[in-house]
Amino acid sequence: MRITVTVDGTRYTDDVEPRTLLVQYLREQLGKVGTVVGCDTSNCGACTVHLDGHSVKSCSVLAVQADGSEITTVEGLTRDGRMHPVQEAFHDNHALQCGFCTPGMIMQSVDLLAEDADPDEQTVREGLEGNLCRCTGYQNIVRAVQDAAHRMRPGAGPEAERVADEPAMSEQSRAEVRQS
Amino acid sequence: MTATADSHAGGEVGQARLRKEDARLIAGRTRWTDNMSLPGMMHMAILRSPLAHARINRIDASEARSMSGVEAVVTGADVADDQGSLPCAWPITEDMKSPNAPSLAVDEVNFAGEAVAVVVARSAAEAHDALEAIDVDYEDLPVVLDMSSAMTEGSDLVHPDLGTNASATWVFDSAEAGTGGSADEALAGAEVTIHRTFRQQRLIPAFMEPRSILVDPTGEQTTMWSATQVPHILRLMLAMTTGVDEHKIRVIAPDVGGGFGGKLQVTPEEVITFLVARKLGKPVKYTESRSESFTSAHHGRDQIQKLSLAADRNGTVTGLKVELLADMGAYLRLVTPGVPILGAFMFNAIYKIPAYHFSCTNVFTNKVPTDAYRGAGRPEATFAIERMMDELAAELGMDPLEVRERNWIKHDEFPYTTVSTLTYDSGNYEAATARARELFGYDALRAEQAERRRRGDTVQLGIGVSTFTEMCGLAPSRVLGALSYGAGGWEHGAVRMLPTGKVEVITGSSPHGQGHETAWSQIVADRLGVGFDDVEVLHGDTQSSHKGLDTYGSRSLTVGAMAVVQAADKVIAKARKIAAHMMECAEGDVEFSGGRFTVRGTDTSTSIQEIALAVFAAHDLPDGVEPSLDSEATFDPENFSFPHGTHLCATEVDTETGRVRLRSYVAVDDVGNVVNPMIVEGQVQGGLAQGIAQALFEEAVYDETGTLTSGTLADYLVPSAADLPSFTTDRTETPSTTNALGVKGVGEAGTIASTPAVVNSVVDAVRHMGVRDIEMPCTPMRVWRAIHGGAQ
Repeated sequence: MRITVTVDGTRYTDDVEPRTLLVQYLREQLGKVGTVVGCDTSNCGACTVHLDGHSVKSCSVLAVQADGSEITTVEGLTRDGRMHPVQEAFHDNHALQCGFCTPGMIMQSVDLLAEDADPDEQTVREGLEGNLCRCTGYQNIVRAVQDAAHRMRPGAGPEAERVADEPAMSEQSRAEVRQS
Repeated sequence: MTATADSHAGGEVGQARLRKEDARLIAGRTRWTDNMSLPGMMHMAILRSPLAHARINRIDASEARSMSGVEAVVTGADVADDQGSLPCAWPITEDMKSPNAPSLAVDEVNFAGEAVAVVVARSAAEAHDALEAIDVDYEDLPVVLDMSSAMTEGSDLVHPDLGTNASATWVFDSAEAGTGGSADEALAGAEVTIHRTFRQQRLIPAFMEPRSILVDPTGEQTTMWSATQVPHILRLMLAMTTGVDEHKIRVIAPDVGGGFGGKLQVTPEEVITFLVARKLGKPVKYTESRSESFTSAHHGRDQIQKLSLAADRNGTVTGLKVELLADMGAYLRLVTPGVPILGAFMFNAIYKIPAYHFSCTNVFTNKVPTDAYRGAGRPEATFAIERMMDELAAELGMDPLEVRERNWIKHDEFPYTTVSTLTYDSGNYEAATARARELFGYDALRAEQAERRRRGDTVQLGIGVSTFTEMCGLAPSRVLGALSYGAGGWEHGAVRMLPTGKVEVITGSSPHGQGHETAWSQIVADRLGVGFDDVEVLHGDTQSSHKGLDTYGSRSLTVGAMAVVQAADKVIAKARKIAAHMMECAEGDVEFSGGRFTVRGTDTSTSIQEIALAVFAAHDLPDGVEPSLDSEATFDPENFSFPHGTHLCATEVDTETGRVRLRSYVAVDDVGNVVNPMIVEGQVQGGLAQGIAQALFEEAVYDETGTLTSGTLADYLVPSAADLPSFTTDRTETPSTTNALGVKGVGEAGTIASTPAVVNSVVDAVRHMGVRDIEMPCTPMRVWRAIHGGAQ
């Protein structure tokens, strides 16, 4: 099937197998290997990307479902050589060790901060519940997210990634994707 | 000497330097093995046994072979002559029984998940499609799952050719060793005896990056990229297992996403991919799924621990007897048999125990093989002895901290040789405990606990103590030799001054999240007097880092960094000779400080960078001095190092639901001198999470057929951020006297200490309700049943 997507600001038109997962399409066809796969049951969240400005686990979305959408991966967060405040905060707070969960953790954190610009510790912990880290014990990740919140203006994050084009995916199908 | 944290005096070492590693990792600019593709690369998928024990009568792969994109289907029979037997490097006894361990099963499978056949195809999807078309005719064999019944007369056997399910029994007795009295006599004459049996449940390391392997056989050397902790050991073992010449193999561990011991292995998957790629003459990649990882990568822990402790009425321990059964799983992997033996030296912990007996029988079952998992032997021992100390305190009506203090080695008694023969070089248990007590608010929490008990609160408060030590810095080669381990414990390092004054550091230690690049840069920057950013640390490639014994056992800093320090000192010694020549003075008159060589008492000086350039030009070197400013060193420690600490945990236990809530956790660790306090704190926090996970959440569960029912991350409960609290961490600093850096290692401390602190806390919360033990993991169901009766 033919799909057209915009990933990290670049437009792609490709033929994909109907069974191809979005994460497989990103990694194998587009070479976006910054986004990784950590499990096969959508528990770990390592593959989290933004689909039309909201976080999704890209192992739980078919590539064809993303047709017409705007996708941002961790590779697209850095703009004009400047890291996103969440990336900076992860570095400054030692919120990563091996770094494998980090792309997903950062993308989920950006989404979380878009919904709550000043989350308390428990809100951060619950907001990151779908992203597993085996190295850090989460303490510095929580600290980094709260630190990033203070660095960011309200509304920064996914809003900054939005493009003028209306996303082809309906609100309803997006909601289904997010539930999965 | 014990100082409070952050007592460093200037320089890089001691600073919370932000990590060099982060810039790539937070931007997704990574080199995980699975990210890599090579021209003409094929993809491999593995067919795994669904049965725990079966004979393979026939494999029909004809349909699979004819499917689109399928290059080859390989079965065990196809590689039977080439694959050798997977290595076990630790024959703990002379008569240890070890079955042949094929990478690809030939005529029998011994655990569910064992590799039976592989498909190599153009794409991963095509390879997986073809797996479905392979028909294997299995004949069921009796399944052995329970260690205790496996040891009974007439039990079915995992490996009938061995004639027993027991692999080996290893014994230590202090009376025989001459390091103490007889534990049996101590128990017979004791005023108080405590007997307990603890179960160390089976755990899964659950590193976040699934294992991945890429083999390129197209060069003169066959190159393997692998998500491994041990590229150097892997190269050696690939050569020894397959018979391919060692110098024809290059192994690279690129970015590696966690290990925790789980990637301290020479895996069937590595050997198969290696053989298949060489057979086809094409690059082949294999990346496991999470479910495959759980059913094939080695598991950890899984012991039954029977302890008997003798004491007198004032709380002084007079003897300890430990009898273990340790589950090996179906095969002996790299260090499987040695894991419980490492624990043998740690049951006496920080205490002066005058009589000690240890025995461990290693048992085969039809399960995934076990092997090292964060702590490897020491968490099991620490858990058991720390639980026993709490039980002794309860029996005597004493405070658990008081019982411990009565028995622990005092700070002025170091160095101290223990009943199990180790010599602890330094420590200060009093200081760490005092600090933890203060941070925790111990007395106030005890008062609250008493108040809640008095008023019969449905939510009870428990306080758990763990005063632990561990042996780190694996290891003095002579000690490993005495324990029949197959290799030494040294580490290699090198320092190269480049003509522009920049520095390349090579380490045989192989990081996978620990932050070596940052910490080694700090150490070398101080040593050579160069900038932190002027140092590049190379590792994890047998071509650049040509010698090493890799990363495990909290050995990187204590052994690996010491080799780098020694190499740097050799560079300085050579540069001093050249500096004297350049400044026309006697070598003895040259002082070195802050990267500059100065003629004593003058302002004549030159920098190490200027010397590096002069060495490159080589126009005017002293006679007999080679034109190079690089050096290497191999460091073999004379002793282990012994980090210690006091961890205190408060839990609230809902007596009506059995739910446990971690209310507060204080960890005061003494890891000796600290190179980077930020990294140390991160290691402790992450370690705590894993130890708490064993106490409360995680267990690898098999059903009666030998199927792993916790085979995904949906069933195996790796804790999320929402499951854990924030921890309060602090340090005392008692430098190790074993190495010149005064460091002790920190990679495993949190995991070792926290499991008993949490379980002691949960038991303490409900002890007044008649509970004396709760089996791990302390799930609401187990806690509720412990309170309200009924089988656990």
